[in-house]
Amino acid sequence: MFEDYIPFFIQLAIASGLSLTLLKGGELLGPSRPNRIKIMPYESGMDPVGSARQRYSIKFYLVAMIFIVFDVEIVFLYPWAISFQDFLAAGVGLEVLGIVIVFIVILAIGLIYDIKKGGLEFD
Amino acid sequence: MELSQAYTSLLSDMGHTIPLILIVLTGLVIVLLDAFKPRHVSIPYLTALVLAVALGLEIQTIGSQGGTAYYELIRVGGMAAYVNAVILTSGLLSVILMKPYLERIDHNIGEAYALLLFSITGMMVLGSANSLVTIFVGLETMSICLYIMTALIRSHKGAIESALKYFLLGAFSTGFFLYGIALLYGATGTMMLPEMRGAVAVSDSDTMFWAGLALLLVGFMFKVGAAPFHMWTPDVYQGAATPITGFMSTASKTAAFASLILVLYYAVPAETWNGVIAILALITMIVGNVIAISQTNLKRMLAYSSIAHAGYVLVGLSAGTGAGYSGALYYMLVYTFMNIGAFGVIAFMEFDGKEGSEQRLDSLAGIGYKKPVLSVCMIFFMFSLAGFPPFGGFFGKIAVFAPAIDAGFIWLAIVGVLTSAVSAYYYLRVLVVFFMKQPDGVYDFDASPVPFSATAVIVLCAGVILVLGVAPSIMEVTMSFFSSSITTTAAVLP
Repeated sequence: MFEDYIPFFIQLAIASGLSLTLLKGGELLGPSRPNRIKIMPYESGMDPVGSARQRYSIKFYLVAMIFIVFDVEIVFLYPWAISFQDFLAAGVGLEVLGIVIVFIVILAIGLIYDIKKGGLEFD
Repeated sequence: MELSQAYTSLLSDMGHTIPLILIVLTGLVIVLLDAFKPRHVSIPYLTALVLAVALGLEIQTIGSQGGTAYYELIRVGGMAAYVNAVILTSGLLSVILMKPYLERIDHNIGEAYALLLFSITGMMVLGSANSLVTIFVGLETMSICLYIMTALIRSHKGAIESALKYFLLGAFSTGFFLYGIALLYGATGTMMLPEMRGAVAVSDSDTMFWAGLALLLVGFMFKVGAAPFHMWTPDVYQGAATPITGFMSTASKTAAFASLILVLYYAVPAETWNGVIAILALITMIVGNVIAISQTNLKRMLAYSSIAHAGYVLVGLSAGTGAGYSGALYYMLVYTFMNIGAFGVIAFMEFDGKEGSEQRLDSLAGIGYKKPVLSVCMIFFMFSLAGFPPFGGFFGKIAVFAPAIDAGFIWLAIVGVLTSAVSAYYYLRVLVVFFMKQPDGVYDFDASPVPFSATAVIVLCAGVILVLGVAPSIMEVTMSFFSSSITTTAAVLP
């Protein structure tokens, strides 16, 4: 069992070893002569203005609400979709579809509320 | 389960849970209404109307034989209808108090009413659950809404602090609760409360079952605010907006106690756990009443008083008989009117600009002559909370202490009566300050008139307490929930 994975571990060792060696080698062997132009974020671009660290609200609770809406939807729709064939076979496919539509409408109300409260407006 | 029957039985069961469905739908409508027309004037009225309709529907079904719905996941009629009616009463009275209060502090947002409705949904599910999963779903729906309602006044640091404390401790206790459910399921192989009873014999030393039950009790004791799991109660009650505190302290406790009664009545044999409940009741009564003496803030004092009252209800539960459970249910009804009224009175007396959370009791000296109607009602509430006849609180205490004496817990009843005597000190001190003290400084007293609707609700609460004290015949109703044998109550309604 474990023997099967030995090539994988060799590959892992080579990949990490190579990247670490190259990084460290570049730092040790390469000349380091920084000047003001070189250390600018965009070497050939515009001169930076002000600080890059600006504070702005990401409206975390509204973003989290959008996440919850879709997250809950997926969690319940997967098992429903898998057992839908059984309900079709039992002849109640349309009714069960109706129940899920009720569920999605309830979630959609949450989404509508979120969008109206500015959940997708970033400023 | 026959799949082809699933849909028809679902539809037929919906007829038994119309109040629940009505409240959920109204909550969704209010969410939409608030999204398109923020702070629309109709939102509070719509909430109150729907709560009143649902309350009427539930009261009509109290007399009916209890049954189950949705594949025995939830109980309907009988006791469930009674518990739902108490919760809806609390919600209705709170909404009427909330509207003028939130308008005064400029926070009359639609979300408050939607959250109130959703939390009532959770409470109704919790108070009428027939399976551990239903209990958990109801508990979480209720708790999450209450966490947010605690932090409704976002600009106020105290509210944020109390909401965060409530949330963190609540999440922690939910962990206990969930682990308890997992162990109980592992030990009995069922989530249904009535089936659980047969799965474990009384003499059985099944560690997994008892560990699960202990963890479940910890979760419940947290939700009802019983010592030694009461630490969150004073901070949360002090920080939240006052009418919301009144709602939290009554409706959520009613639901949690009802759910606990269902677990104890259906799932576990009485003689095995009532010693534990008796000890918890003892600690809770002493802690609540003794610490309440030293409080200078009225809301904090009432928070400790609510801990003490949870202790009185636990005395009824410790009896382990139908009389004890029905006494506890009766107590919750009386307690709802007493506490909504008391919090309603202080909601319209506070003037510190911080929802009364930093107002000292002394600053209300002499207010009895400035707001006479509210203060006279406060006399009713304080005497009833202390357990004086002829108010409802007196018969509530009889209803919980007498079964405990019958069950052999005489020492518990003695402690209960002694701590009630202690409680008279801090309840009556409020009245002394209101009527017999002169203010020791000049306070920025809020002289604006109290809205008529709020006064009406508070006077109604005082009147109901008097009626319940003079004619406590509703105890016969709560008694009837536990008269029929356990096996027949699990039948599905026709």
